[in-house]
Amino acid sequence: MNKQPAIEFKNITKRFGKVVANKNVNLTAYRGEILSVLGENGSGKTTLMNMISGIYFPDEGQIFIDGKEVVIASPKDAFDYKIGMIHQHFKLVDVFSAAENIVLGIEDGKYNLKNSTEEIKKITSQYGFELVPDKKIYTMSVSEKQTVEIIKVLYRGADILILDEPTAVLTPQETEKLFNVLRRMRDNGKCIIIITHKLHEVLSLSDRVAVLRKGEYVGTVNTKETNESQLTEMMVGKKISLNIQRSEPKNTVERLKINNLICKNREGANVLENVSFTAKSGEILGIAGIAGSGQRELLEAIAGLQHLASGEITYIDPKTNEEENLRDKTPLQIREMGVRLSFVPEDRLGMGLVGNMDIVDNMMLRSYRKGKSMFLERKQPKNLAEDIISRLEVVTPSANTPVRRLSGGNVQKVLVGREIAAAPTVLMAAYPVRGLDINSSYTIYNLLNEQKENGVAVIFVGEDLDVLLELCDRILVIGSGRVTGIVDARNTTKEEVGLLMTKSQEEGKENNNG
Amino acid sequence: MAKNIKTHSEPLFRIVKRDELSPLKAWLIRIATIVIAFLLVGILSMIVSKKDFGQTYQIMFRGVFGRVFEGKPAMLWKYLQEIAILLSLALALTPAFKMKFWNCGAEGQALIGGLASIYCMIEFGDKLPYGVLILVIAVTSILAGAIWGIIPAIFKAIFNTNETLFTLMMNYIATQIIAYYVYVEGGGSNVINPVKAGNFPSVAGNDYFVNIIIVAVITVLMYIYLKYSKQGYEISVVGESQNTARYVGINVKKVIIRTMIISGALCGVTGMLLVAGTDHSINTNLVGGQGFTAILMSWLGQFNPFIMAIMTALVVFLRIGVAKVADTAYLNSSFSEIMVGLVILMLVGCEFFIQYSIKFRKNKKEDKA
Repeated sequence: MNKQPAIEFKNITKRFGKVVANKNVNLTAYRGEILSVLGENGSGKTTLMNMISGIYFPDEGQIFIDGKEVVIASPKDAFDYKIGMIHQHFKLVDVFSAAENIVLGIEDGKYNLKNSTEEIKKITSQYGFELVPDKKIYTMSVSEKQTVEIIKVLYRGADILILDEPTAVLTPQETEKLFNVLRRMRDNGKCIIIITHKLHEVLSLSDRVAVLRKGEYVGTVNTKETNESQLTEMMVGKKISLNIQRSEPKNTVERLKINNLICKNREGANVLENVSFTAKSGEILGIAGIAGSGQRELLEAIAGLQHLASGEITYIDPKTNEEENLRDKTPLQIREMGVRLSFVPEDRLGMGLVGNMDIVDNMMLRSYRKGKSMFLERKQPKNLAEDIISRLEVVTPSANTPVRRLSGGNVQKVLVGREIAAAPTVLMAAYPVRGLDINSSYTIYNLLNEQKENGVAVIFVGEDLDVLLELCDRILVIGSGRVTGIVDARNTTKEEVGLLMTKSQEEGKENNNG
Repeated sequence: MAKNIKTHSEPLFRIVKRDELSPLKAWLIRIATIVIAFLLVGILSMIVSKKDFGQTYQIMFRGVFGRVFEGKPAMLWKYLQEIAILLSLALALTPAFKMKFWNCGAEGQALIGGLASIYCMIEFGDKLPYGVLILVIAVTSILAGAIWGIIPAIFKAIFNTNETLFTLMMNYIATQIIAYYVYVEGGGSNVINPVKAGNFPSVAGNDYFVNIIIVAVITVLMYIYLKYSKQGYEISVVGESQNTARYVGINVKKVIIRTMIISGALCGVTGMLLVAGTDHSINTNLVGGQGFTAILMSWLGQFNPFIMAIMTALVVFLRIGVAKVADTAYLNSSFSEIMVGLVILMLVGCEFFIQYSIKFRKNKKEDKA
């Protein structure tokens, strides 16, 4: 079959300040095919698709639709070109019915819900959707909501559909149903682009795969002619040497034992499923995984911020060797037990620090309770602030500057500095170098290594596989809330970790079937 | 296939979030706004009263300060009293606001405090010695205000109800209770005659002296509480980010409830100042909407008690002064309220220019799309 190009990108570049999100991307999607856009977090997949749907505007390059150059300056323009995007986070009015949401915003002067409902029914039967048009959104499951989103764009006549990680919220059965629908749409001549980082979905669904890495277009391959390991290599790239100083772990003792953690989200789905591992003193345990695979919940559970459905968290006291149970304890109780647990959360200004407070006041977040006086004691925090500023070379006008005014790297130095100043026995850091420049990143690596040499059990959640491989002693790989493997960082490869990261769902299916 | 689509040009102006304005510059903008607002009010008053510029301001100042330079400070005391009442409500709201708990119930909390005062004055007036009576009045008023504040706080902490609506509803309940009490106590006349017992003493012939001193003390204490106490620190952390509060082990629910006890209790104090220290009677209009003006005062003062005092002085000055100008022109007090509203609007509006700047379209060549 001779295929018509539906949409083409030529040399698209998009920058956000200094960050290049997309660089010279060239990509073509044809009618009657499903194209997967594959890439790790931050590889620029979503940015690229947002440029087709009119949310962002490219800095350089051209977009062609049906061979003609177009300007897509707003979502409305995108609709006019029959482009429909289904976002990861649904944009629906909860108290409206499915049909009301579908017709919402169509300005043709005719509002006739009855006719519209008929038309919606035609669409659902044509593609095999299951949907009750007058059901209210708030009574719907996640997959039903997604169906509404898809029908919404079809109703508007979209023939280029972009789905941003459509399966992230679906069960394996729902995923299969969605794929069947998508295949039917393809056979109907529509152009379907799905953004994903799940390899097995790519292989089972799409006709061709385009791979992005760090904002750059790596290449497009035909699904039939490729396999998992080739795609992983395209996705993660060749290993880059970073020269992080890594010492051999010394005197390792078990410090933290995690056993069969199960944690549920608000919808009742498991975010963590039977997670077990041990963190040892004097070593850095890396945690690798696609973002949102349960890393945050895992660290928060250990820090006493997540409610657990079941499982045990046991801390082994370095002095007495006694085992202490940390499960269902609040952060305050954990501290009062004498457990020196430090935690550098992912959300620095939203959780680790208070943006509007100055460095001194942020220093005392953990320690302000000390003493019986009802008044604050700011002398020690001030000394600590000044110590951290000079030792970690924090660039700031003074210790009394609100931390929100500092640059990302300096904010992180303040946070890590405070957490290390508490002389922890366990140090957890979630994405501590995200958004930091090279020098600040190395400062953080060195600090973590220093802690490890001091006998601290360090848990490092990272996204850059090169860093994980060079910094950590062991790497735990997590996928969809399960531990998919624990590997020796010195003897593993990027491909191995990359494969483990994308493995979870298949395993989940096997478990469900068996 | 695709329709021809208009290329969209850049709009005439765009609103851009400012980087960070230095505090000095921010204050210059605010002071400039105050000056402009004063001039505007003067001009508008001049127009309606058909006086000239100098006369208008003279009436205003005379109206507020009276003949204080001729040794007759009565008007000045009245001015300070009005500042004290509005400021005390603003101070009461501040800890709650700093915690991002939008207490819109100062009106009701003060009314209930006032009710406790008048009840004690009437019931125990001739039974208790003066000192004990004042103590009983103070304790019951504070308790009553605190109870009115704690109810929405508990619901917020446990069920996450919307505190704005809840506190507003509590106002209506308070008003109706007062109406009922006045009807019963006034013997159907809807008026309670001024009660002689349990009045605050007048100092050096001045009835408002005690009120003013109490509010001055609260101002200083509130400043210290918010800035130097551990509880004040917890309020800031909870207000800035509940996630951070949880992360460092602050019991958010406890802080919400505790802070609303303080907020409600201080509103109760205002009720007492109004009843025992001012009116010696009660009606549903005791607080007269100042519980809502106080919300703005707290904001304009940026939750800093001293700045709040200055802002309150300013707004009360306008309220009294413009009312006097309106008086000479045979206008009623609505004119003064309109002017006060205008000034507050300008002061709130200027915060927009502190946070954002407006960029006009530049005549640059469009990039080839």
